[in-house]
Amino acid sequence: MKIIVDQDKCVASGQCVSSAPDVFDQREDDGIVVLLNDNPPAGLADDVRQAAALCPALVITIVE
Amino acid sequence: MSTDHVPEYPMPRAAGCPFDPPPLLKQLQEEAPLTPISVFGKPAWMITRYAGQRLLADPRLSSDVSRPNFQGSSPQLLPQDDRFGAGFIALDDPEHSRMRRMVTAPFTVKRVEALRPKVQSIVDRLIDDLLAGPNPADLMAALALPIPSLVICELLGVPYENHDFFQQNSLSLLDTTAGPADQLKAHSNLGSFLDELIGQKITNPGEDLLTDLAEQVRAGNLSRSEAAGNGLLMLVAGHETTANMIALGTLALLEHPDQFELLKKTDDPSAVGGAVEELLRYLNIAHKGRWRQVVEDIEFEGHTLKAGDNVVFANNIANRDPAVFADPDTLDLTRDARQHVAFGFGPHACLGQPLARMELKVVYHTLYHRIPTLRLAVPLEEIPFKHDATVYGVASLPVTW
Ligand code: HEM
Ligand code: SF4
Repeated sequence: MKIIVDQDKCVASGQCVSSAPDVFDQREDDGIVVLLNDNPPAGLADDVRQAAALCPALVITIVE
Repeated sequence: MSTDHVPEYPMPRAAGCPFDPPPLLKQLQEEAPLTPISVFGKPAWMITRYAGQRLLADPRLSSDVSRPNFQGSSPQLLPQDDRFGAGFIALDDPEHSRMRRMVTAPFTVKRVEALRPKVQSIVDRLIDDLLAGPNPADLMAALALPIPSLVICELLGVPYENHDFFQQNSLSLLDTTAGPADQLKAHSNLGSFLDELIGQKITNPGEDLLTDLAEQVRAGNLSRSEAAGNGLLMLVAGHETTANMIALGTLALLEHPDQFELLKKTDDPSAVGGAVEELLRYLNIAHKGRWRQVVEDIEFEGHTLKAGDNVVFANNIANRDPAVFADPDTLDLTRDARQHVAFGFGPHACLGQPLARMELKVVYHTLYHRIPTLRLAVPLEEIPFKHDATVYGVASLPVTW
C-alpha cells in the first residue's frame, strides 16, 4: 500500500489522525496533514482506508 | 420525476417527529439524485443522496454570498453588507484557505486532546452547580450553553462575562425569521464587540486566537474588519452548535431509553466516541443544508448544473440514506456512523469538528454517569424546538433527577 496526500487541499480536519495516528500527523503551525509513513504495514491498511474515506477534502489517495 | 410540482424549501418536519428530517425529503431522496426545488420562490437544485454530497468538494462550487443571486438559508441574504463580512465561511479558495489556515493550529487533534482536562473540569464544576441548585432545572441554561461558551471564550480570548450579550446576538443572527434589520443589528453588534477585542489584543497580546488574528492584522495579512469577521464566525459557530448537540442529544437519549442505558453503563472511550458520531448523524443540527452557487457548468447525474444555478446539499437527509446507513431512521449508538456529513464536506468542512467531538465525548460520558436518574420535567410536547434557526435544537430543556 502506497499513500499520497495533497497538502495544498487539506483542510486540517484531523479525521486522518483520528483514524490512523501511526500514519498521519498534523503540522503544528496550521494543522495540515503530514504523512509519517507512506508505505504502512498491512495491519494498518483498514485504518488508512478509513482515513481516506473520511477525509472531507478528498486529499488522501491510496495506490494499492 | 414529475415536473408539474416543484417542492418548496425549506419544508416542515412531521408533527410529533422532532428528530427526523421533513418526510418529503425522504421521498425526494428515493425518487432522484437531483431535484429541482423552489427556495423562497426562486428556482434551485437539491441533492439529497449521500453519494451526491461529495460534490461539495468540487472547486466549481462557490460559497461566496456576494455573488449575484446567491441564495442562502434565510429568505433574504444574511447580513454580509456591514463592514465585518461573514468571515471565511463565505469566501472561496484561495482566499478562504489562506484565512482558514491562519486559525487552524488550535484545532488539531493533539491540541484539542491537550485541552480535554480543562473541559472535564468545566463540566464537573457545572454539574456540581446543577446538583446543588434547584430541581427541576433548565439543562440548556445550566450546562449546554455554558460549556461550549466557556471553551470557545478560552480559545479565542473573549471574556466570558460577556456571554449573555454574545449568546443573545448569536440567536438573533441565526434566526431565519428574524428579518434583515434584526439580523444585521445582531451581526454588527457582534462585529463591533470583536473589533474592539482585537484592538485590545494588538496593544495587549494574550495567548489566544484573537491575538493570532491581531498579529495577522499587524503583519498586513488581514484588515481589522476581516479579523473581526473571522473572530465573529468562530465565536458564533463555536458555542451555539455544540450547545444544541448537548441539549438535543440529551433529549434524544431520554426519548430512547435503551440507548440511554448503553451510554450510562459504558466507560469505553471508543463506545462513547461512537455514540457521539451516531448522535451527530441522527440529529444533524445544521439542518438547513449546505448552500452553494455553481461557478462553471457541472455535469451531474445526467443533468447540467449551469453557472449561476444555486444548489442546496441536504446533509440532514443524506445522513439518513439507506444506501450508506442500514435502518437509517433508528438511533443506534453501536453502529459505525463516522462517515456522516453532519460537519459538512469539502473545503468548508467544519473547522471546529475535533473540538466539538472532544467536548461532546466529555459531556455525554460525564453527565449521565453522574446523574443517571436524569429525565424530562415536562411532557415532550411542551419542549420548544427551534425549527426556524439555522442550527436546530431546543430553546430550553427542563429536566429533573
Ligand atoms: C457539533 C457541533 C458543530 C456542528 C454540527 C458544526 C457544523 C458545521 C457545518 C455543517 C459546517 C459547514 C458549513 C458549510 O458547508 O458552509 C461548519 C463550518 C464551520 N464550523 Fe462548525 N460545527 C460544530 C461546531 C463547531 C465549533 C465548536 C467550532 C469552533 C470554532 C466551529 C467552527 C466552524 C467554522 C469556523 C466553520 C467554517 C469553515 C469554513 O468555511 O472553512 N464549528 N460547521
Ligand atoms: S482528513 Fe483530510 S483534510 Fe483532514 S487533516 Fe487529514 S488530510 Fe487534511
